Amino acid sequence: MAKQIKVSLIGNPNTGKTSVFNLLTGLNQQVGNYPGITVEKKEGICKLSRGVKAHILDLPGTYSLNASSLDENVVIELLLNKKDKDFPDVAVVVSDVENLKRNLLLFTQIKDLEIPTILVINMADRMNRKGITLDIPLLEKELNTKISLVSARKNEGIDELKKLIESYTSLPKTPCVDALSFAPDYFDRLKKAFPNQSVYKLWLVITQDVNFRKFSKQDITITPDFKIKSESELKRLQQKETIKRYQFINDVLKRGLVTDEKAATGMRAKLDRVLTHKFWGYFIFFGILLLIFQAIYDWSSYPMDMIDEAFAWLSETTKSVLPAGPFVDLITEGIIPGLGGIVIFIPQIAFLFLFISILEESGYMSRVVFLMDRIMRRFGLSGKSVVPLVSGTACAIPAVMATRNIENWKERLITILVVPFTTCAARLPVYLIIIALVIPDEKVGWIFSYQSLTLMFLYFLGFGTAVGAAWILNKILKIKSKSYFVIEMPGYKVPLFKNVVINVVEKTKAFVFGAGKIILAISVILWVLASFGPNENFSNAEEIITSTNNDLSQEELDNEISSYKLEHSFIGYAGKAIEPIVAPLGYDWKIGIGIISSFAAREVFVGTLATIYSVGSDEEETIKNRMAAEVNQKTGKPLFNLASGISLLLFYAFAMQCMSTLAIVKRETNSWKWPMVQLVFMSILAYAIALIAYQVLK
Amino acid sequence: MKTTIASLKRGQRALIKEITSDIIPLKLLEMGCLPGNEVELLQTAPFQCPIYLTINGSHLAIRKEIAAQIEVQII
Repeated sequence: MAKQIKVSLIGNPNTGKTSVFNLLTGLNQQVGNYPGITVEKKEGICKLSRGVKAHILDLPGTYSLNASSLDENVVIELLLNKKDKDFPDVAVVVSDVENLKRNLLLFTQIKDLEIPTILVINMADRMNRKGITLDIPLLEKELNTKISLVSARKNEGIDELKKLIESYTSLPKTPCVDALSFAPDYFDRLKKAFPNQSVYKLWLVITQDVNFRKFSKQDITITPDFKIKSESELKRLQQKETIKRYQFINDVLKRGLVTDEKAATGMRAKLDRVLTHKFWGYFIFFGILLLIFQAIYDWSSYPMDMIDEAFAWLSETTKSVLPAGPFVDLITEGIIPGLGGIVIFIPQIAFLFLFISILEESGYMSRVVFLMDRIMRRFGLSGKSVVPLVSGTACAIPAVMATRNIENWKERLITILVVPFTTCAARLPVYLIIIALVIPDEKVGWIFSYQSLTLMFLYFLGFGTAVGAAWILNKILKIKSKSYFVIEMPGYKVPLFKNVVINVVEKTKAFVFGAGKIILAISVILWVLASFGPNENFSNAEEIITSTNNDLSQEELDNEISSYKLEHSFIGYAGKAIEPIVAPLGYDWKIGIGIISSFAAREVFVGTLATIYSVGSDEEETIKNRMAAEVNQKTGKPLFNLASGISLLLFYAFAMQCMSTLAIVKRETNSWKWPMVQLVFMSILAYAIALIAYQVLK
Repeated sequence: MKTTIASLKRGQRALIKEITSDIIPLKLLEMGCLPGNEVELLQTAPFQCPIYLTINGSHLAIRKEIAAQIEVQII
């Protein structure tokens, strides 16, 4: 077997760690989760030389080993546990040449763990522009490490880094600074109490809330000859430790790094003056939001129409090529329309992730956080809630996960609770098809159409409801938590094309396959339920209809038979049973089935209707045409009219219909209480508002 | 009245004095907010919160209530 070196990539956020990871692994990477928690785990393989490969783990960005979030806990749990299968042979600390001082703090901590460590100084191409000169041999000596100058942007220095990784056994393993020398008595006693352990590791165990398998805080607490200090005393010691480390770093950099201020040029100050401006900052932000909505609605409609038609064609062709039978029916009426319902999302999701990843990569997202913090706080949220709320327009699942860097628990909980109100990509297909059916396709003024304005209104409605709900929750919830807020404002960068593409591909893939499995399974189940019935009414449909309707043409007769069959299938009976509940909202039993199946995931709605209607007709048309032809049997009017359409739009805007979101909220809040609160309240709200809308408009 | 980061004006520079309050999060210290370091106020959002600073070469934003806990000496 080929030799594999285990490498952990560690570094502050915004140092280009992920770019280095992408350069090392290319597309040879996979994203998963750490067992039991939802922290994203990115790993990949990098070929170093003949027969030697490196397994590279991209650890979550962290500012120090003093963890303050779940993501950061992952880093220290791994680095303290030698038994972990991912425990690195070599740690690669990625730093950014412009923030070297701050980045080195984490580096000195990693060195204290006595793991072979390489220091990558990234963005080396910026050195000239910033007037920075480095004395590499001096830095290597003082920091007791090997340094690799890399420019991920220009693809420089990666081969040298690979060579360093390959020869990791020759790297020094000793610390570069004695950071614990500020309280010699205390640490001497600690050492005496546990002679077999590294003092720094003990210190981390004492100060951090992490799961350190063999050894826990408990073990230290019960030791008779050593006492843990009080929390505030510990905090003082941690402050002293930090000061000590910075003294060392300042001393080294004074000799090893020269900045010629005169040579330094930068767009940063100029851009900041505009982008964080009290008026222009907001103006630009809302302009960008408008652009994003335009892209989702307008630009992605072309590929979406093509996909819709392609699947109708595929279904038709399959039907004409393969011999008729229940198995072929399952393929053409269950699986293909079900798959179509998934694939049709891809353009919109890709656009959303494209914009979000460009905004994050460029450093602009931090400016939005800065601009919005004060406003969001009025509603019990944080400036950092903007990122989840904006990513919530793609999908609530990553959005709930993106709340992790909100330090204040109450603000974080409120953000998690209201995020599902934002218009996620899964609502879009439902919105799009209903808007197309019930809102007139006419222009208002030059650019905007009623249809796109309706969509924009629904987005604002989602966002507004989220903020309003937050305001109420802020008044109701009595949670005391320390409020602090520190956010780094990274320098501006032109987003790296490769990073953006990889991000879009990964996220879209994860979404499509994650949701896809549920949608496909439900499509097949629905098809089965719609294709079989519990009694003779179903199996004898043909005779019953033929005997009662003598004056119909063959085509009309076929339609009558299939709709009679559907009504008397399993799903028909189930739908009829819930019809009294949904009838006041203006829906028939077919929409009722759609809504019920939507509780697995909203996007299932379109697929469900596609499956149900496709069971009822032999001719393959697009889903939209089939829905437009549907008639409400009670009123005789089209089923999808303005009143029922608006009612349905509002129902989907408010209802909590996503099992995956509920599951993720359960994991992030560590209790079933909060997801249940979401489910119950949002469903009641959705029903009430849809009811009012239909009754008023009808 | 004590001079703190919250009382700085745009473009003003100052040196950080002792840090005594327990409210200051460790994370802020780790990002360079330590005694003796220079801080410059770059921008404030409407209503003076949050505050956009550069400390020790790091660019960061903090809220007013924390800024009001960090004593400085204007230079």
